Amino acid sequence: MENYLVAIGVTAGLYALLAQSVTLAWGMTGLVNLGLAGFWAIGAYASAMATVQGGAPVPAGALLAVVAGAAAGLVVTVSTLRLRDDYLAIVTLGFAEVVRLVASNEIWLTNGTDGISRIPGLFARTPPLSFNLSWLAVVTALVVAVWWALRRLSASPWGRALRAIREDPVVAAVAGKPVVRMKAEAFAISAAIAALSGALYGHFNAFVAPDLFLPLVTIYVFLAVTAGGNGRASGAVAGAYLLVAFLEATRFAAHALPGATPLQAAALREIAVGVALIVVLRFRPQGLFPERNQKAPA
Amino acid sequence: MIDALLQATVNGLIAGTILAVPAIGFSAIFAVLNYPNFAIGALAAVGAYAGWLANARFGWPLEASLVAAFAGAAAAGLAAERLAMRPLEPAGALMMAIASLAAGLVLENLIRLAFGNDPRGYALPLARDLVVGGLRVGPQQLRNLGIALAIMAAVWAFLRWTRTGRAMRAVADNRDLARLRGIDPERVAMTTVAVGAGLAGFGGLLVGVDTAAEPVMGQRLVLSIFAAAVLGGLGSIPGAVAGALAIGIVEEWSVLLLNPAYRTAIAFAVILAVLTVRPAGLFGTRAD
Repeated sequence: MENYLVAIGVTAGLYALLAQSVTLAWGMTGLVNLGLAGFWAIGAYASAMATVQGGAPVPAGALLAVVAGAAAGLVVTVSTLRLRDDYLAIVTLGFAEVVRLVASNEIWLTNGTDGISRIPGLFARTPPLSFNLSWLAVVTALVVAVWWALRRLSASPWGRALRAIREDPVVAAVAGKPVVRMKAEAFAISAAIAALSGALYGHFNAFVAPDLFLPLVTIYVFLAVTAGGNGRASGAVAGAYLLVAFLEATRFAAHALPGATPLQAAALREIAVGVALIVVLRFRPQGLFPERNQKAPA
Repeated sequence: MIDALLQATVNGLIAGTILAVPAIGFSAIFAVLNYPNFAIGALAAVGAYAGWLANARFGWPLEASLVAAFAGAAAAGLAAERLAMRPLEPAGALMMAIASLAAGLVLENLIRLAFGNDPRGYALPLARDLVVGGLRVGPQQLRNLGIALAIMAAVWAFLRWTRTGRAMRAVADNRDLARLRGIDPERVAMTTVAVGAGLAGFGGLLVGVDTAAEPVMGQRLVLSIFAAAVLGGLGSIPGAVAGALAIGIVEEWSVLLLNPAYRTAIAFAVILAVLTVRPAGLFGTRAD
């Protein structure tokens, strides 16, 4: 039981990193990344390939994942940031799909749908409880570090300019802010955070495969961020832990349903996630931790 | 090689004509309601299943099943619009787009809940391919082509000659001026959603007839729909048709060179290229 709870804690921490990625891009800058699962996958694959095929140590793999995530973020945004925001949504949605296609079909590179297994785990995998506890410490520390960094960024002139861009890019541009460059920076950093989470996910579970990076993951994280409050890192973290509690609760609830096949139970669970996102968007879009107005510096 | 290229072009023209139907629906909703409806793929799947129920379960002929596909998808589209997207209009297009993604997830899983994951084939007679000058075409393919062309002609006539169609064009062109002329924007919006979703349903049926109805068919279709609409210029109906034809042909050509699994990756590459070179698309005007 402890083991299960600790493992859930690690997963929740990985979702909290994803949620903070969305907070930076969407909450602070107004950029909707519907390809979050794709950046997660890029991080997971970059680090898994570097450590399994390249023999690199885990921290080096994670670093490579961060770089790969940021680079992919720049590539995706380069053609869309000057356009209406919905173009970015369309492009990122397609991007995640293409990442999954490449991961499934370039067997020489990614081992195809079989995935990459035996990814090194940073700590000895036995006994499981101490493995999970060590991971809980690492992931929680990273969640706190990213949370602190985002708070600092948010309070900095850079963060203030991002919010100005979110509210009105034209006014921000007139005020002399390099709108496109700042959007690209924010999106690249956000993609790097998602990729870091993906790298950790692969090392913790020892396995990555294309089917783990479905578009559903993106919807999960948007639910977490909206429920927590999309303008604040604290909201994203709280929302991610709530999300994982909700997902685990629906897992048990689905088992308890009489007469539903496993497929139907899974479908009901996804319906619950979709309905929850629609309900939160409609009735409490500011989330549990609404954004606070900042005082203008004296 | 020339034969293969010609054959791929013919297949692509047929696939593109079918793709044009849901692409018109997506572009029409974007033009009038001003947000990208990401539930369009799931709505196509709803139409495919509604048509399949009518055709395979109740034994309706294909042309009558089209009515079921349109009605089923239009009803699902209206319900999603009313419950999920419409209330978020004050919050902006991006919020509506995210809500439509969630609505699509719900619709897809309602299908899975009711019918499971197995592909469902329509009850249609098998027929031998026709061979004309070395090119193979299936009689059912030709029938689908005819249906798609008839649907497009009907849409064109609707937009050109009916009061409602003209009101839709007016709102798409200039919302405020349309309101000044006494057009009720709410009614026009709901009509557009019903017609747009219904067109997606037609598209789902045509794809389902060609292969089978499956819950994930919408996810497979959606990138090609986006690519057609973006290439033609988001919000432009003639653009959606031209874009769909081009995407259909390019996707079929790509199969000659690449792993067929990458067909949708081609659609993505086209989206990126168009947005980099000419973001307004072939016929679009607004991209900023």
